[in-house]
Amino acid sequence: MENMRYGNLIIAHSPHIDAGITTQKIMGHVIIALLPALVVSGFIFGMRAILLTLVCIVFCILFESLFLRVTGRQDSINDLSAVVTGMLLSFNLPSSLPFWQAIIGCFFAIVVAKQIFGGIGNNFVNPAILGRVVLLISFPSTMTSWPLPKTGFLHSDMATGATPLYELSKGNLENLPNFSEMFIGLHGGSLGETGALAILLGGGFLLFTRIITPQIPLVFLGTMGLVAIVFGQNPLFHILAGGAMLGAFFMATDYTTAPLTSKGKIIFAIGCGFLTMMIRLFGAYPEGVSFAILFMNILTPHINRLTEHKVEGVA
Amino acid sequence: MKGIFAKRIKGVELLDHKNTKNMKTEPISLPDKVYLSMVQHIGLRCNPVVSEGDHVDVGQPVGDTDVVFSAPIHASVSGTVVKIEKIMSIMGSMDRHVVIEADGKQTMWEGVKPPVVTDTDSFIKAIRASGIVGLGGAAFPVSVKYSPKNLELVDSLVVNGAECEPYITSDYRAMLEDTEYIIEGIESVMKWLNLRRCYIGIEDNKPEALAKFFKALEGKYHIKVVILKSRYPQGAEKIIIKETTGKVLPPGKLPADIGVLVSNVATVGFIGKYMQTGIPLIEKRITVDGGAVTTPRNLLVPLGTPIYKIIEACGGYKEKPSKILMGGPMMGRAIYHDGKPLIKNNNAILALTEKEAFIEWESPCINCGRCIRACPTNLMPVLLNRAYYNNDFMEMKRLNVQACIGCGCCSYVCPSKRMLNMVHSLGKSKLKEMEKKQ
Repeated sequence: MENMRYGNLIIAHSPHIDAGITTQKIMGHVIIALLPALVVSGFIFGMRAILLTLVCIVFCILFESLFLRVTGRQDSINDLSAVVTGMLLSFNLPSSLPFWQAIIGCFFAIVVAKQIFGGIGNNFVNPAILGRVVLLISFPSTMTSWPLPKTGFLHSDMATGATPLYELSKGNLENLPNFSEMFIGLHGGSLGETGALAILLGGGFLLFTRIITPQIPLVFLGTMGLVAIVFGQNPLFHILAGGAMLGAFFMATDYTTAPLTSKGKIIFAIGCGFLTMMIRLFGAYPEGVSFAILFMNILTPHINRLTEHKVEGVA
Repeated sequence: MKGIFAKRIKGVELLDHKNTKNMKTEPISLPDKVYLSMVQHIGLRCNPVVSEGDHVDVGQPVGDTDVVFSAPIHASVSGTVVKIEKIMSIMGSMDRHVVIEADGKQTMWEGVKPPVVTDTDSFIKAIRASGIVGLGGAAFPVSVKYSPKNLELVDSLVVNGAECEPYITSDYRAMLEDTEYIIEGIESVMKWLNLRRCYIGIEDNKPEALAKFFKALEGKYHIKVVILKSRYPQGAEKIIIKETTGKVLPPGKLPADIGVLVSNVATVGFIGKYMQTGIPLIEKRITVDGGAVTTPRNLLVPLGTPIYKIIEACGGYKEKPSKILMGGPMMGRAIYHDGKPLIKNNNAILALTEKEAFIEWESPCINCGRCIRACPTNLMPVLLNRAYYNNDFMEMKRLNVQACIGCGCCSYVCPSKRMLNMVHSLGKSKLKEMEKKQ
């Protein structure tokens, strides 16, 4: 037998190096990207907005770890995906929503949408969107009473009013905010969706760090603008109003529930943008981003099948 | 349609870690024993043609077979055959090894003389006798590669000088130190196989090598140097064919089927030298690097030298190695102890420390699609991974797993550390097995 100096070396299949990116790092980037919108929301809607966000984060983590413990699954709390879900869910809620209702939303997001289908990577709809839609259908009154903006972190005034999209659907055009107000976020709405500038900042950060690719946000918002023009509406208004920005940059770009290839992503984003506008213009609800993304999430497996890559040289 | 609109290859950008690129290749002091495996190529194993107690000289054949799909093995040192024993190879099979105790004289075998080549047949015969295999890493017997059924269709030679793996600089040193031999090798391959064109593909992170070839090839219009963007896996056979000739190699086809032969620079360099000296393949230029090695170097090492001897020539281990690779970090093979002998297709030995070798455990796939964007052959590793864990090999076949070139880009970029490349290898071998049964 041959001599040796060292035995029992690690055996593994190649490659033996990696790019150093982990699920945890990706989720960490998303959390950082959501922070500007959170700060703006605290500024516009007061401490209640930040408190609601914290409640959602804590309960998402709690539900996830409880479920993992009860079912004996591998502990995956450290991947931070529950934190992202909690933040996104709260961003889609009015800041005045009672905490107990938000906690029900967390349960549906984490347990029903995500864990029952196999946990991270296996859910077929975006957990935060499912949570929001369940709340919207179950508690229509609290889910559609929108606190009016009143800048400053410490105010506790809870006057409510309508969102720009609601005003539009009722035809009250004189009540619409102007574009600089919409850009900064000084109008009624869900707590994290109003600050277009902050969302753009976060989305730009995700694009720059290559956590997301530009296809979905650009095509999503582009399609919305185009449909708005076709129906004689102001495209910029529709892009800035409601959850369009938040949806395009943070919700529709969710890895698991969006198609895999860039062709698929474009089809998906066109569908999202088109359906959003159809719901806004002709539907029963003033806002349609959540429903549009939810519907396209369900179509994602089929889009994947349709846009499978061809291998070069294969007939 | 070249220029800025040219579609760049997918793949990944790697830190090149070419720490040894300015280190001249130096010969290693003779080992006291060499272990010559009878399988150092793809194909059928050789049988020992010497027996225990025989005296052998440098360059004397010690293993050969009548089967064409093989390459003979030659003694890399002069001395006595002390043993012919079965040792487990790094692939896990028990192979016979001829163990030669060196006498230190390095007397050349009387049969070593420059080959007399008069036509294609005698050229192929000479190539077979030299024991040369593809030195890029695949170890495909060159005599087999150079005698395809449809040789009359083949018109171009692609010489692979990309060396896109991190750490390895042995091909780069060969290009600087053996420029003349490489060009002579190209000329003789082109002459005897009636090829019209030759492309040498070199990555743009090797400007000295590019300059040297541009200068040496002035006036030789049939040999063209192609500057490749340095990006992994630029040196993969399929990729370099496309980048140099523009032809697409369909999966399951040999390059000869589309009129191309591909050889590594080290291979053609060896052929050039062999045509002059007649010395068969007995030593190998390798890069020794990695965090556990005291002084990384480029060495000229006799085949069959145990790896710990090679590391000793580099000042030994700086710290405890936890993974030792034959080849580069992207496609190299991890070996389980350092007594394994050097074989023909090794171009690097990397001894990695615990910190370098550690890769996190697998976590669930999050469908981010990074593997799809990285795959240079346009596969969808995320779907292949799912199909594999569903035991759905027909689905893997439908997704063209057989087109995987094993470059490892998918696993490299995976945030969940899925072992995608391994899954592809397993899928490929399972499908091969299933096809055999039918």
